[in-house]
Amino acid sequence: MLSVRNSWIRYGSKIVVRDVSLDIPAGKMVALIGPNGSGKTTLVRGISGTLPLEKGRVTYQDHDLRDLPETDRAKLISVVPQITQFPAGFTVFETVSLGRTPYLGWMGKLSVKDIDLIEAAIMETSIGALREKDVLALSGGEQQRVVLARALAQDTPVLILDEPTAHLDLTYQIGLLTIVRRICTEKQLSVLIVLHDLNLAARFADAVAIMDEGQILTHGAPEAVLTKEILSPVFHLPMSVIRPEEFDYPVILPQ
Amino acid sequence: MRVFASLRRTAVNRSAGLLASLVAVLLLIMMIVSMITGSVRLNLADVLQMLGMKLTGNSLSQELLIIEKILFSLRAPRTLLMVLTGAALACSGASYQGLFRNPLADPYLIGVSSGASLGAVIAMSISWPYTRLGTLMTPLMAFFFAILTVIAVFHLGKIGGVLNMTGLILAGVAVNAIASALTSGWLLISNSELRYSLSWMLGGITRSGWEPLTVMVPVLLVGMAGQWALAYPLNVMQFGDEQAAQLGVSVQKMRRRIIFFSTLTTATAIAFSGIIGFVGLIVPHMIRLLVGSDYRRLIPLSILGGGLFLLTADVIARTVIAPQELPVGILTALTGAPFFLWLLHQVKRKGEH
Repeated sequence: MLSVRNSWIRYGSKIVVRDVSLDIPAGKMVALIGPNGSGKTTLVRGISGTLPLEKGRVTYQDHDLRDLPETDRAKLISVVPQITQFPAGFTVFETVSLGRTPYLGWMGKLSVKDIDLIEAAIMETSIGALREKDVLALSGGEQQRVVLARALAQDTPVLILDEPTAHLDLTYQIGLLTIVRRICTEKQLSVLIVLHDLNLAARFADAVAIMDEGQILTHGAPEAVLTKEILSPVFHLPMSVIRPEEFDYPVILPQ
Repeated sequence: MRVFASLRRTAVNRSAGLLASLVAVLLLIMMIVSMITGSVRLNLADVLQMLGMKLTGNSLSQELLIIEKILFSLRAPRTLLMVLTGAALACSGASYQGLFRNPLADPYLIGVSSGASLGAVIAMSISWPYTRLGTLMTPLMAFFFAILTVIAVFHLGKIGGVLNMTGLILAGVAVNAIASALTSGWLLISNSELRYSLSWMLGGITRSGWEPLTVMVPVLLVGMAGQWALAYPLNVMQFGDEQAAQLGVSVQKMRRRIIFFSTLTTATAIAFSGIIGFVGLIVPHMIRLLVGSDYRRLIPLSILGGGLFLLTADVIARTVIAPQELPVGILTALTGAPFFLWLLHQVKRKGEH
């Protein structure tokens, strides 16, 4: 289980995350939602160690992640960042193989076991046909799968995704989250996923944490948390939550 | 599928290996050409005869003794100096392009050359006693000031305790400007001959003999090996600092090491050979076009390619207006700059499709 305890995170001169506590058990997918600027990405950075914690603790089992060097931390936590610019000259295979970095020697030579894990990650994300293509030549949806495969090749018990579905079309959004959902359950990963789309959170997550102004307002099962009483003030919009018969999850719409 | 993937990787490695052997052979040929060309043109047959006599232990005739002297005391060290300098500049160029994630970065980006110029010009304005230390004063001062400048840029470039690439480049621009101004000022107020200083700054004055090589060889070997050893983290860092850290790379530590080794390499090379432009920019670029951007291949191939490029330029510089010599830096700029423009044009055209 990944535990965030009373964590405060500063970004520049401003405290962006205040006193956040959150638990992500193995095999569970927790969605982090909230308006822009509420501190979601900063929290992800704090947990993954790219920003220091001002106060508080992040632990996995009994490891205090703050004390670990990058290499050891990268064996516990993998991150799928928001789609960014890719560097030139990397094939899909080469990009996914970078997930093995924390396990490799100084020249980065891959062992048979490394190649097996890379190929397994490529299979799980259905990008086998793209293996030798240049990542820059792929569509946004394909690139996001490559980055997910890289995180899976990292073979960590904790997986964090920061708005992985931004800029993707509907098919790719559902496709990507279906893969994440399946792997989360199969491999018993602790998954934290930042989402903008409340309906994706309602459909795929085991629990939803709502963040506003650097704090977690409430945290619980999607049905309990995604209500119009809670959501309307957070997004400054009157919201409706409906339960269509053919869906087994709530549908949220702004009025 | 796995078999296919590993076959494909073998193919890439093989073509890199092929290119490496090709460049190595060309380098050897060019080294022979460099040994026999110059203000006195040597005949290959005479050279072989001389070598044959030496190997069989026979004493040399007067004529062959001169050939021996030219070959071993002048041409051989000059050839090695050029190969090493080209290798050093191209290697550091490859590292800097990776470090700054910018194909336009060159080994002089954060102040090595402006610092070295300042040091060299100060040293040249003082008449040193004609001793071993006296003749080494210019390279030593150039090296010392180059390192000093980079340390200054490195510290000024830190913003909020974090070494940020933009901060580093901006600090580089500022410190370069200060060092250049000081160099110009020093040149104007000192009574030394400007021609020597100018020539050094154009990559002209090459110290002859074996003396510089005894210093250069060990330092450059360490510097270039250090850069090659950092090639894999450099690959990962192409995805940006944040992703590299999340993939387990200690970004700050690696960055410091890369800057250390490439500064050591560049400063040593230019201290003895003067400031030679475009090698560090062009050579890694060409290699990248041929074998892709895996730094584990790019760095060793840039070392070989840089040696070949500069040695070829030097041979041309020595012959084109013989018996006078053109500073090799002028030649690398004259050939390098148009090539660079052509390259930019190609890249732009590709982008328009």
